Amino acid sequence: MENIVIWPLAVHLFFSLILMFGWKNIKFQKNVTIIGNIISLAVAIYLFIFIYKNGTQTLAAGGWEAPFGIIFVSDLFAATLVLLTAISGFAVSIFTVISVMNARLRFGFFSVYHFLLLGLNGAFLTGDLFNLYVWFEIIIISSFVLISIGGEKNQLEGAVKYFALNFMASMIFLTGLGLLYGLTGTLNMADLSIKIANVENRSLVDICAVLFFVGFGIKSAVFPLYFWLPASYHTPPSAISALFGGLLTKVGVYALIRVFTLIFIEDLFIQNLMLAIAFFTILSGAFGALINNNLRKIFSYLIICHIGFILGGLGIYTEIAIAGALFYLIHDIMVKTNIYLISGLIFRLKGNTNLKKLGNLYKDYPKISVLIAIVLFSLVGVPPLSGFWPKISLFEAGFANNNYWYIGALTFGSLITLIIVSKIWAEAFWKNAKTLKPTKRFIQFDELRNLQKAQFVVPILILAVFSLYIGFGAEHIQQLASEIAHDLKNNQSYIDAVLKQEK
Amino acid sequence: MEIVLAIITGILYAAGIYMMMRRSIVKLIIGVILFSNGVNLLIFLSGRIKRGKPPIIPESSDVFLDIYSDPIPQALILTAIVISFGLQAFAIVLVKRANKVLHTDDLDEFNTTDEDS
Repeated sequence: MENIVIWPLAVHLFFSLILMFGWKNIKFQKNVTIIGNIISLAVAIYLFIFIYKNGTQTLAAGGWEAPFGIIFVSDLFAATLVLLTAISGFAVSIFTVISVMNARLRFGFFSVYHFLLLGLNGAFLTGDLFNLYVWFEIIIISSFVLISIGGEKNQLEGAVKYFALNFMASMIFLTGLGLLYGLTGTLNMADLSIKIANVENRSLVDICAVLFFVGFGIKSAVFPLYFWLPASYHTPPSAISALFGGLLTKVGVYALIRVFTLIFIEDLFIQNLMLAIAFFTILSGAFGALINNNLRKIFSYLIICHIGFILGGLGIYTEIAIAGALFYLIHDIMVKTNIYLISGLIFRLKGNTNLKKLGNLYKDYPKISVLIAIVLFSLVGVPPLSGFWPKISLFEAGFANNNYWYIGALTFGSLITLIIVSKIWAEAFWKNAKTLKPTKRFIQFDELRNLQKAQFVVPILILAVFSLYIGFGAEHIQQLASEIAHDLKNNQSYIDAVLKQEK
Repeated sequence: MEIVLAIITGILYAAGIYMMMRRSIVKLIIGVILFSNGVNLLIFLSGRIKRGKPPIIPESSDVFLDIYSDPIPQALILTAIVISFGLQAFAIVLVKRANKVLHTDDLDEFNTTDEDS
């Protein structure tokens, strides 16, 4: 039964290979990718329930036991993220099938799509640091292809920036990894956690910690290192931005949480650094979102702003704070994927995503507007909805540890998010604007058949239902987040599970 | 030998980062190549350099009796070389396409994505 750990990987690998056999046949690819995502969703749900009932599962690749071989570990944290990835991947795949032009899909698009999800699942499930690097490379190579497919002017430009900084991040991560191997002689994360305590050269350990922080920090777009994100995320089709915005920065955050709760623990310098960087990340993301008028750019900056919330929770480093950060992470993956899908829907409805040119959305499409309103309010965190509950834990932890700077930034970031959402609502939904003239190249929403319309709305609806569940079933999510935070804070159970030690 | 390799690693890092910060996208590629080779050498060094000591346990014993050279860094470098080769190949094609579409190799003119549209 231990093979269940790599099922999510096997499903995506299988489907990406199958899709290559229908390279030219787009219809075949579209159908197969949706089937693949449904199966991967089923596997992810099964894995999550299995882990929830039976606790952490491990699989030694090739039978080489830890700490010598590569270990796949599925604890509750990893299983939760695999589940969220599967949900987002499923919703985005439905949206991709209808919204991305065939000219783009002709270049093995869906195959690369499955490779990206494979890389994400691998990064969540691996227990080996070098293996994590390899999964990161799979993720970035797939994302390079997805971001540049189509070859438009600003896409290629965004891709060059995205490439340069993500490459830097990988190399810095690899540098830290090399130094860490030189110090401890192991790459297994659980084994590192034990051995790093015995290293005499503490300053070199700190240097490794900072290198890891910078490497993962670039990937998760924190304060001085986020410039690649708003320069590139608005260039590809919305469906791709949705997958990137929902999951790619979060995999950086996942790596930060994993490494800094398991390997570099009780490091006051890193914790203070994280809090300071979280403060500036929230501020710069909020200001960036305020001054932009393009909907997708606003969302890019909001991603940065909300990464700061999570990073601050990790910086405080108490169980409540980590639980809050995890809850926020769960909420964020759902809602960030969804708002990019919404920007794609708005583009289809009105032909552009610039707030100055948009208008009349509420008058023309009242039902869709209500759906979008639910998502936008979840993003802000209006009380019964999902963004509200994690902030309770974050505020509580902030007050308990007297981190008033962080609390100030958190309040400010939430307030700015509210202002931006009301600005979007006033400009795009209420304002009067000229209606779009129909052009030949662009098929408007009203001209689509009902099934096609449903394909645009259903993915947003699916993610909105999950957001609503996170909001109204907050008790369950909070319990889950606390349980994960407890496991992360007391990492002995993880180490025991990996190294098969008897208690 | 270690000191020479350490100096070379430092030079490769410095040169790589310097080239990545230049304005030309062709120099960006050169920087990428130098930087990734610097990292590979660093990993190689982190396994310590031993001449002619295979990592093989003699038949008569269960543990290593002699010092041995660590095979893992070499496996890591092999993986890293393959990955960075793929990345560089992609980067060269990407830069060629970008140059064809944008008619420039100056990164300062790569600014249409920052415009508010």
